[in-house]
Amino acid sequence: MIAKATIIQGMYLDSVKLMLISKELRACKGVQDAVAILATKENREILAATDMLIDAIKDAKETEIVVVVKANSMAEADAALASADTLLHAKVGKRAGKSKTLNSIKSASASMEKADLCLISVAGKYAAAEAEKALDMGMHVMLFSDNVSVSDELKLKQKAISQGLLMMGPDCGTAIINGVPLAFSNAVPKGRIGIVSASGTGLQEVSCGIANRSRGISQAFGTGGRDGKAEIGGIMLCACLEYLMEDNKTDVIVLIGKTPVDAVQHKLWKLIGSSTKPVIVNFLKDMQVPEIKNLSYAASLEDTADLACKALNDSLPVEVKCFKFDFAKPNIAKDRKFIRGLYSGGTLCYEALQLYKREFGAYPKSNIAAESKDMLSNVWHSEGDCFIDMGADDFTVGRPHPMIDYSLRLKKIAEEAADGTVAVILLDVVLGFGANADPASELAPVLCALPTNVAVVCHVLGTAGDPQHIEEQLSKLAACGARVFTSHLKAVNDAFTLLKAHRRENG
Amino acid sequence: MDKLILNEGSLGVVNVGLEAFTADLETQGVAVAQVAWKPPLDVDKKAVDIINKHYATLIEKANTEALKIINAGKPVLIGMGLAIDTIPGMHKDLILHAGPPITWDKMCGPMRGAVIGALIYERRASTPEEAEVLAASDEIKFEPCHEHGAVGPMAGIISASMPVFIIKNETYGNLSYATQNEGLGKVLRYGAYSPEVITRLRWMDDVLYPVMSRTIKHLGQIDLQSLIAQALHMGDEVHNRNRAGTSLLIRQLAPALLKTMENVEDTTAVLDFINGNDHFFLNLSMPACKAVLDAARNIPNSSIAVVMARNGTEFGVQLSGTGNKWFTGEALVPDALYFPGYSKADANPDIGDSAITETGGLGGFAIAAAPAIVQFVGGNASDALSYTESMYEICFSESVKYQIPALDFRGTPLGIDVVKVIDNNLVPIIDTGVAHKNPGVGQVGAGVVKAPVEPFIKAYEALAKTFV
Repeated sequence: MIAKATIIQGMYLDSVKLMLISKELRACKGVQDAVAILATKENREILAATDMLIDAIKDAKETEIVVVVKANSMAEADAALASADTLLHAKVGKRAGKSKTLNSIKSASASMEKADLCLISVAGKYAAAEAEKALDMGMHVMLFSDNVSVSDELKLKQKAISQGLLMMGPDCGTAIINGVPLAFSNAVPKGRIGIVSASGTGLQEVSCGIANRSRGISQAFGTGGRDGKAEIGGIMLCACLEYLMEDNKTDVIVLIGKTPVDAVQHKLWKLIGSSTKPVIVNFLKDMQVPEIKNLSYAASLEDTADLACKALNDSLPVEVKCFKFDFAKPNIAKDRKFIRGLYSGGTLCYEALQLYKREFGAYPKSNIAAESKDMLSNVWHSEGDCFIDMGADDFTVGRPHPMIDYSLRLKKIAEEAADGTVAVILLDVVLGFGANADPASELAPVLCALPTNVAVVCHVLGTAGDPQHIEEQLSKLAACGARVFTSHLKAVNDAFTLLKAHRRENG
Repeated sequence: MDKLILNEGSLGVVNVGLEAFTADLETQGVAVAQVAWKPPLDVDKKAVDIINKHYATLIEKANTEALKIINAGKPVLIGMGLAIDTIPGMHKDLILHAGPPITWDKMCGPMRGAVIGALIYERRASTPEEAEVLAASDEIKFEPCHEHGAVGPMAGIISASMPVFIIKNETYGNLSYATQNEGLGKVLRYGAYSPEVITRLRWMDDVLYPVMSRTIKHLGQIDLQSLIAQALHMGDEVHNRNRAGTSLLIRQLAPALLKTMENVEDTTAVLDFINGNDHFFLNLSMPACKAVLDAARNIPNSSIAVVMARNGTEFGVQLSGTGNKWFTGEALVPDALYFPGYSKADANPDIGDSAITETGGLGGFAIAAAPAIVQFVGGNASDALSYTESMYEICFSESVKYQIPALDFRGTPLGIDVVKVIDNNLVPIIDTGVAHKNPGVGQVGAGVVKAPVEPFIKAYEALAKTFV
C-alpha cells in the first residue's frame, strides 16, 4: 500500500466542502482511504489516529489544506491526488434552476394565480381521494384514471354538482374547456357548438369533424362512460347539457355516448324538450327517439358533426376540408376475404361494429361486442371479419395506450397481413395532444413492408392545428399504399366497398 | 338540480399524474402546475375519514391556537443551577436521556457509553465495567429529558450533579433546561467516557459553570430569541451550524465576564473554551425551542408536533392534541458526510433531542439560512432553499420571529402538522451529527436525516381516536 499526500496553500474551503471532497476521493479506483482536511492541531490528531499523518504533511501550517491518499499503487495514489486537485479548484456549480417541487394539489394550486381545474391520471385506487381533494378546493375535476369504483364516482359527482363543479370521468380521456384541449384532445377552434360526451374518441371524432368543416366549439365536456348508467343516473350528462342550453356562447348542442339507461334517457329527453337550441344526439346505435322539436338523431359520428354544423345556420357552406389523395384499386389476392379492424379508439371500434351490422346484417366478432355470441373467444386470435379495440384492458396491462405506443399494433398488423385470409386491414390513427408524436413514422416501415395483395385503410383523426401536422401524416401513410381518410365513416365505407367488390369478383 | 358554474377566460390547470399532459398544456401557453405525486401512506381509513371530517373546523382551530402560543413564546436565559436542584423530579439515581423512553438493555452504543461516563462522573462507578453493572441494576432509573422540561443533544445524558442552563418562556412562565455543550471530538454526548471526557466535565463544573453562572446573574437575562433571529441572518440554522450564535453570545457575555471576573486564568479559559466550540450555542437554541413548544402542549384536537426526539434506537413524536403519549418508530441512519476513516457502516441510527430545533422551525427547516452547510443537502444553495421550501408543505404556519434572508425574509416553516405530513407523504428533514455505533468512540460525521414516517402515522391515528 502507498500513502501519498500534498499540501494546498493559499486556499480556504470550509470543512464540509472538504468532507465532500474526501468522500469523492475515497470512491476513486484503488483508493483505500483518503482525506482532504485543514491541518489544524485537532485534525492532525485525527490524521494520526488513522495513520495518515505522513511525513509529507508534517510541516503543513494550521491554515493549509492537506490531502492524504492511501492507495493500492503509486499510479492510483497519483490519480487520486490529481482528482483532488481538480475537485479543490472546481468552480462552484451554477445555481440549479430547479423549480419548486409541489407535493400536493393544495400546494400546486397555491402556486398559481388561479387554479380552476385539476386533471388527474394517477392509478385508479388513489384517484378518487385526489379528486375529492380537488373538489374540496373548489376546482373542476377531469379524472382520466380508470378503475375507480361506481360508488366513488357517484359520491364525487354528487359532491361536485352540489358545488356547481364539473366532475368529468372517471375514465374521461377528452375534454376541451374554455378552448383548452385537455389530455387526449385535438386543436379545435373556438366556435358555437357545445358538446357533452360520455365517449372520449367519440368526442374527438366529432370535434375534429366540426373543425374540419371550419366550425368550432364553445365547450366539449366529457363525462366518463358510466354516467348514463343507472347507478350514476346521468348526473353529469344532464348538468352539462343544461349548462350548454343556458350558455350564451353556445348555439348548437351535441350529445354523444353509448345509449343511456331508460331513466337517464327520460331525463335527457325532458331537458332537450325544453331546449331552445338544436340538439344533435348520437347514442352510437340505430334507435327510435321521441319526437322533440329541436332534437335530431345522427346515424354516425360523421353525421353528428355535419348536422351540428348545418344547425348553426350561419349561411356559410358546410364543406369538409379535403385532403386529396388518389388511391389505385387494390389488387387483393383471391384467397383473402376477411376484414380486420385494429383500433386504438374504443368508440371508433364500437361505431365500426354498428356500421358493419348496418351493411352486412349481423355483428362481426369483436373483443367489445355487446352480446356474448359475438365476442372473440381469444382476443389475441382474430377470426373471420373482426374488429379489435386494442385500448381494452387485455392489451394495456403494463403498456401505454395504443394511441401512444404503437408497438403492439404494429406487430398485430404484420400478423394479420401474414394471415393469407385477410383482405382488408382497417386502422385508426389518432392525432392530437397526448397521442403519439409521429404515428406515421411508426407505421410506415411496417405498412411499406406489407404484401401488396392486402388493402390497408386508415382513418386519421385530427385537425390541421394538431401538433403532428395532419397533412404530413396523411402523405406518409399514403406513400406506403394506405388508403387514408379524415372521417371514420368514409374510411369504414371505403373498406366495406373494397371488401364487397372483392367478394363479388371472387364469388 | 344543482347547476354547473364555469367561469369564462383562461384556465389554470393542476396536473396530477402523467407529466406529458403538463408539457402539452405548457406548449399551448396554458397556466399549469405539475404535482410531484406520491402514493399516499398506508393509514387506517377510518382515521382518515375522522381527520378529514374535523380538519377544517376543530383541528385547524386548535392548530391556530397552538401556533399563536408558539409564535408568542419568548425564550430567555435566566440563570444556571445543578440538575438535582433545578430540574423538576430530578434525583440522585435518575439519569435523563434523549428521545422517547428506553431501557438500558435496548440502549444503543453511544447512549450506553454516555451513561457509563455519567456514572463515572457522578463517582457512582470507578470503571466502565462497574458502571455497566450499576446501569443494568434497578438502582439507576432512566427517563426522557423531555419528560422533565429538559433537552439534550445526541445521547442527551443529564445526571444529578451536572450544571444546567435555565431558560424561561417569558410569555407563559414555563422553564426548560440543558447542560453546557462540551465541544467536538471525544465527548460524553457522543458516548465517549475516557478520562479526558470526565476531566473536561469536571472542569466544566469547577470553572465554566461558576464563571457562566456569575456572568448570567450579572446580566440578569439573555434574550435567546433575539440571538437566534440574528444568527439566522448570519448563516446559522442553530442546529448543525451555531458559529454565528456562539459568536453573538460571546459578544453579549464579554463585558459581564470581565465585570464579574475573579481571576484572569479562569475567565480566559472560559472564553477560549467557548471560542473553540462552535456548537456552544446549540445547548441554548435547543432549550429555547423546548420552552416555546412546551407552552403549546395539551391543546385538545391540535395536530401540531411539540416534540421530535430520538434515543438512537427509536424516533419519538409527541403531539399537542394527544398529551404525553409518545409515538415511536425505528430511528434511521443519517445520510451523512463522514470523517476520515469512517463510513455509514460505523454510524449509529439517528440520536438526540436536537430535533427540537426542527420542531421549532429551525435546524433543517431553516437550512436555507445556512449556505455554509449546504454540502449536507446536495452542495448548492438552491438545494437548501428547496429543502426549506418543501417543509412549508408540512407546517401549519410560519414563524413571525425567525426569518430566512434568501427567501426574502420569509418566516421559517413552523408548526409541523402531522395531518400534512400524512397527506403529503412528506416527512420532516433534520440536520444532525452522527455518532459512532460503539460506545466511547464519538462523532464520525454530520448530515441530514429524514424522520421515519411510522411515528407520524401512529400520531395521526391516535389523534383521530380522540374524536371518537
